[in-house]
Amino acid sequence: MSTETIDKEILRGGQFLVKETKCDDVFTLEDLSEEQKMMRDSTKEFVDREIWAHWERFEGKDYAFTAETMRKAGELGLLGIAVPEEYGGMGMGFVSTMLVCDYISGATGSFSTSFGAHTGIGTMPITLYGNEEQKKKYVPKLASGEWLGSYCLTEPGAGSDANSGKTKAVLSDDGKYYSITGQKMWISNAGFCNLLIVFARIEDDKNITGFIVENDPDNGITMGDEEKKLGIHSSSTRQVFFNETKVPVEDMLSERGNGFKIAMNALNVGRIKLAAACLDAQRRVINEAVNYANERIQFKTPIINFGAIKAKIAEMATNTYVGESGSYRAAKNIEDRIAIRVAEGNSHQEAELKGVEEYAIECSILKVAVSEHVQFTSDEGLQIYGGMGYSAEAPMESAWRDSRIGRIYEGTNEINRMLAVGMLVKKAMKGHVDLLGPATAVGEELMGIPSFDAPDFSELFAEEKDLVARLKKVFLMVAGSAVQKFGPELEKHQQLMMAASNILIEVYMAESTILRTEKNAKRFGEESQATQIAMAKLNLYNAVDVILKNGKEAIVSFAEGDEQRIMLMGLKRFTKYTNNPNVVALRTQIADKVAADNGYTFD
Amino acid sequence: MKILVCISNVPDTTSKINFTDGDTKFDTNGVQFVINPNDEFGLTRAMWFKEKQGATVHVANVGGPTTEPTIRKALAIGADEAIRVNAEPTDGFFVAQQLAEVVKNGGYDLVIAGRESIDYNGGMVPGILATLLDMNFVNTCISLEVDGNNATAMREIDGGKEKISTSLPLVIGGQKGLVEESDLRIPNMRGIMMARKKALNVIEPVDAAKATQDAKFEKPAAKGAVKLVDNVDDLINLLHNEAKAI
Repeated sequence: MSTETIDKEILRGGQFLVKETKCDDVFTLEDLSEEQKMMRDSTKEFVDREIWAHWERFEGKDYAFTAETMRKAGELGLLGIAVPEEYGGMGMGFVSTMLVCDYISGATGSFSTSFGAHTGIGTMPITLYGNEEQKKKYVPKLASGEWLGSYCLTEPGAGSDANSGKTKAVLSDDGKYYSITGQKMWISNAGFCNLLIVFARIEDDKNITGFIVENDPDNGITMGDEEKKLGIHSSSTRQVFFNETKVPVEDMLSERGNGFKIAMNALNVGRIKLAAACLDAQRRVINEAVNYANERIQFKTPIINFGAIKAKIAEMATNTYVGESGSYRAAKNIEDRIAIRVAEGNSHQEAELKGVEEYAIECSILKVAVSEHVQFTSDEGLQIYGGMGYSAEAPMESAWRDSRIGRIYEGTNEINRMLAVGMLVKKAMKGHVDLLGPATAVGEELMGIPSFDAPDFSELFAEEKDLVARLKKVFLMVAGSAVQKFGPELEKHQQLMMAASNILIEVYMAESTILRTEKNAKRFGEESQATQIAMAKLNLYNAVDVILKNGKEAIVSFAEGDEQRIMLMGLKRFTKYTNNPNVVALRTQIADKVAADNGYTFD
Repeated sequence: MKILVCISNVPDTTSKINFTDGDTKFDTNGVQFVINPNDEFGLTRAMWFKEKQGATVHVANVGGPTTEPTIRKALAIGADEAIRVNAEPTDGFFVAQQLAEVVKNGGYDLVIAGRESIDYNGGMVPGILATLLDMNFVNTCISLEVDGNNATAMREIDGGKEKISTSLPLVIGGQKGLVEESDLRIPNMRGIMMARKKALNVIEPVDAAKATQDAKFEKPAAKGAVKLVDNVDDLINLLHNEAKAI
């Protein structure tokens, strides 16, 4: 396949909003190769044997055990999936990397956090930005698990505003090393790491600079006590203090002042991987919850037979299915984009950076959507367990606590909501995504007379796809008008940005789910996908609700008089069902299948 | 030493079992397949012989193309080569005849089969195989050492263990004890990637008779309602008069 052909078939980042995607062009979990399935199965086996079986030790804040298990993961090759073969890794593609991130995350947030901190932000800055010597020196040790890594960006006064850190790096008189002094907070893996990626400011530079620092207590590095956290109990989290820590000049990452870029790009990757890392956690919660509901007898019947419980199970399963659909769609886009870049002559390093950066909008969307799904799912899982769910003896309590961090780390969901819309607007301004044309068309459509023809919705998802196309118009209408009104000042209207972002997120997730299901129905038969079809429909129904609410909020916040009236009418028109789905029946159908399978069986 | 490990492709132990075609066929719909656990113990022991004594390990399976993921897993665990006899494993006699052909052509010193597969639990293959090949045979084998041409095996017997000294060529009906569950290997990522490059030779079956026919499958009857009794006298009364068990 020529590069050009690939390029034409793959949407660029953010383009999903203005271009139609065919179902055959999305990658789904059902498209995994035999090899990838084996990798998934090995990861699941590892989790069952080495993590889930020792769940109590993880809950008991056994940090040393986390480190030991990380090293075992290294022996199995799980820490080097994304690392190029020449540096001791497997050199697998982005989908495989996501797959391992997904299935390693099921048993406890403690391990998935430690795993993510090491393989993502602990290793990737070196594989992506390190020079040859740095990669040869450090990456093989990180890929094998001989060394564990951590990432020191956040400071007491620099959280979401990461570039405002006060840690200083001062060049020695002989020009041979930098002396780093400062305080870092919330550092995952701090308690057992061998290597730290540290961001510090040289002189009064506008941007921070990245450094590779070996963890040596004799070199002015002191660790604070373990933080007492709500969840992820055996993920080691400490403050790290640097007091004139000497770092050879050759251990500077990339160039002076490039640190913020490194930090942000590492986070882009971290975001989509975090989405993946929320998926198996959900499957496991569903499996436990449905098993409990099948066995727990009240009023002389298993509680699964109650509609109130069925509704929960159905929504939990649907969320998980939706998260899978979006995550793997974007993962494959990234993988293909990297391949295109490599074919164009970019180094793998450069290609990977640009490939992920291209889909930074989708990465943010997924991070927000799936981290909120896992919280919802674990909360409902706990509710199904009733009083037992509140007990630390049952698995729901820790799942509930662990899930909460997802909305906070790798950039809070608020930051990511702002970023998703902000980046899209910037892309439009740069001409990378044509939002203006479609937004103008929507404007004209609003002024015109709507068609009263009865559409033909007889084919599978015909109405749903038509609706998704209209939901995209809601975003174009709201964001288009808001950009016209506020221009670059839009970012200051945060509540409006949040509302627009919520619309964007729902559109991407709903479309991904419908396309995945349509693809599978086409090749495996509609009958085999009956439950998945119900989930795609239920999710779209929920998405329409969110979009209606947020669209209305946004429109009323900045439009007045006739403009407001026309846009609200447009909102109504764009979110209208011809045939309202019977969501009670959909939920019952989904829950009955999950109950009969005694677990989530759609992956 | 050249070892052949015979691998059955069986439903995962947590699978829901259903039958089709008037209860004469197993319904494979939605069923996950795995390496038969008794075979996996054998494979893991074979890997030990490979690593400690330089043995060559091949695996063989009688089955259709759908069994290949299971065979690839064995390769990913570390087997050097695989053979798939392209035929449905209709019964133990048929399978043993196919495997006997593989052993004859491959010149194996040691054949390790599971003592039974956990799907139909026939337990026939290793015994028939040894007979067809006229090899020494140790069934229900729970430990195996090989020194040159001599083999020492431990066999599980009623209420105890039997230690057997024998010689190669040898057929083993293996089970847990050859290695423990904690010794079983998870295919590592490099193994999985290498498995792709290893030979998986598909051969056509030889003419062989099938000795049995599945007339019908039945699931165990569902458990009836439980009756709770308050005291021992009532229990004895019920067991004696109602259940007529005592």
